[in-house]
Amino acid sequence: MIRGTNRFVDLTIYLILSLIALLSIAPMLNTLAISFSGKIPAMSGQVFFWPVEFNLNAYESILRDRSFFVSFGVSVQRVLLGGAINFIITILMAYPLSKSAKLFPGRNVYMWFVIFCMLFNGGLIPWYMTIYSMGLLDTMWALVLPTAVPVFNVILLMNFFRGIPKELEEAANMDGAGPWKILFSIFLPTSLPALATVTLFSIVGHWNAFFDGMILMNSKENWPLQTYIQQLIISVNSIMNTTDPEEIKRLTNMSSQLLNSAKVMVSMVPILLIYPFLQKYFVSGIVLGAVKE
Amino acid sequence: MRNQTFIRNYHIMLMPGILLLIAFSVIPMFGIVIAFQDFQPTRGIFRSEWIGWENFEYMFALPDSRSIFVNTMVIASLKIVFGMAAPFLFALLLHEVVSTKFKRIVQTIVYLPHFMSWVILSGILINLLSLEGVVNQVVQFFGGDPILFLQSNVWFRVVLVASDVWKEFGFNTIIYIAALTSINTNLYEAAAIDGASRFQRLLYITIPGLLPTVILLATLGLGNVLNAGFEQILNLYNPIVYETGDIIDTYVYRAGLLEIQYGLATAVGLLKSVVSFVLIAVSYLLAARFANYRIF
Repeated sequence: MIRGTNRFVDLTIYLILSLIALLSIAPMLNTLAISFSGKIPAMSGQVFFWPVEFNLNAYESILRDRSFFVSFGVSVQRVLLGGAINFIITILMAYPLSKSAKLFPGRNVYMWFVIFCMLFNGGLIPWYMTIYSMGLLDTMWALVLPTAVPVFNVILLMNFFRGIPKELEEAANMDGAGPWKILFSIFLPTSLPALATVTLFSIVGHWNAFFDGMILMNSKENWPLQTYIQQLIISVNSIMNTTDPEEIKRLTNMSSQLLNSAKVMVSMVPILLIYPFLQKYFVSGIVLGAVKE
Repeated sequence: MRNQTFIRNYHIMLMPGILLLIAFSVIPMFGIVIAFQDFQPTRGIFRSEWIGWENFEYMFALPDSRSIFVNTMVIASLKIVFGMAAPFLFALLLHEVVSTKFKRIVQTIVYLPHFMSWVILSGILINLLSLEGVVNQVVQFFGGDPILFLQSNVWFRVVLVASDVWKEFGFNTIIYIAALTSINTNLYEAAAIDGASRFQRLLYITIPGLLPTVILLATLGLGNVLNAGFEQILNLYNPIVYETGDIIDTYVYRAGLLEIQYGLATAVGLLKSVVSFVLIAVSYLLAARFANYRIF
């Protein structure tokens, strides 16, 4: 490749990109530093990227916070159950939909149905009332069933499946393999990048969701972690809007900026743990998944 | 008949997903009738009174409805424009880098915020933008007065757009990078032999190579002008900035689930869904027509 003849331009580009990368994680680094700092430096804005008056008090108080762990457990459960359901449904839908309408009459009807469900919805209130009338409120099913079909992931994996040479399937069929065997022993093993991508998306989606927990889970013991943290942060932020001194006192006691920072950091950990493992797959997964015939 | 067995199994494979979609997507669509009712939760859909278009008339008579609509459009449009420009420029810079290792490190870092939830990020942003936060420390360092970013109707939209661009620019770069890898490298070599400078190559090869992708994204962006970012705004706003930050989705949530005005909230939501649906359909048609794009 003929490029990079001008050292000065190269250096500037490297510098700008490094700066952008730094800016991308600077807010997280700042929060990390605050979470390890003393209360006074944290509240008075002395902490930038390095803890001032280093201590572990915030993390110790998390260890004593029962509701934090309960919520963490709900989130882990949700990710495992919801992720597994998403995984199975995505595979089972993507495979038949990747067949041409000639091989699978009715394929286009299903496809339009799926697309329609993706683009149009009844809105928040009817959605809430449906789940209410099914008696799912306050159960784990309210968190995993309404999001059981990740339409975007289905389309992604379907496009990936389409790129797999048809000869592979025909050869397997000659050897007597049926559709299930072909799916599990040919399509899945050859689709690892795409499978890693959709898995990452659905795990992250479940881990990050807070709104359904907020409106569908009545009792606090059923709140997923993000809902729990959201309630903390929002209530602190809304101190600004309340004039009742008792209320202000209650809210300030409930949590501090410092403690919130520590909770925010802990709730990021699971994502930070899986991200590096799946990250190397998802770029190729997305790009290949987006390629059309 | 081998083909018949295959087809039967295809139907079986699709069944669980289709049933779940019916339960949680199609059935709620019937709930739309609430928009035409004086809905009483105790009476349910079947025994509530029908009132025709009254909810819609009430909606248009509300003094806030204009500002909610304007806020939604303005915030969403700004996000679309800057949300496309930032990854475009970033991809151009990244494309000039020869070292694959450096490239990969930068990419890994800038993708990260995409995977954080708005709950987490709003926690971080509230810290960062508070009076004692780092941003105000920097502002004061340069001699400015501290700013209450999240309580200011002047700054709130800036915060929304900037933080959204910050969260997503890295991830949105992926599609540009994919487009860049499909540019024929022979073009660059031929241009270099003909004496084209680095800047000329950027101008006459790289940018035109990205143009179809830009057009495609702009077209598809049209379908999103009513989606200004519910989760982000819900986590960052407060009554002081309703004037400039309240959008259709946050209004539906407040009116519906907090103030229990089911009929009104459903009417507002329905109007949004219908308009969005039409916009998305039009944008996909345009994308298919002009950018040869097909969703499936």
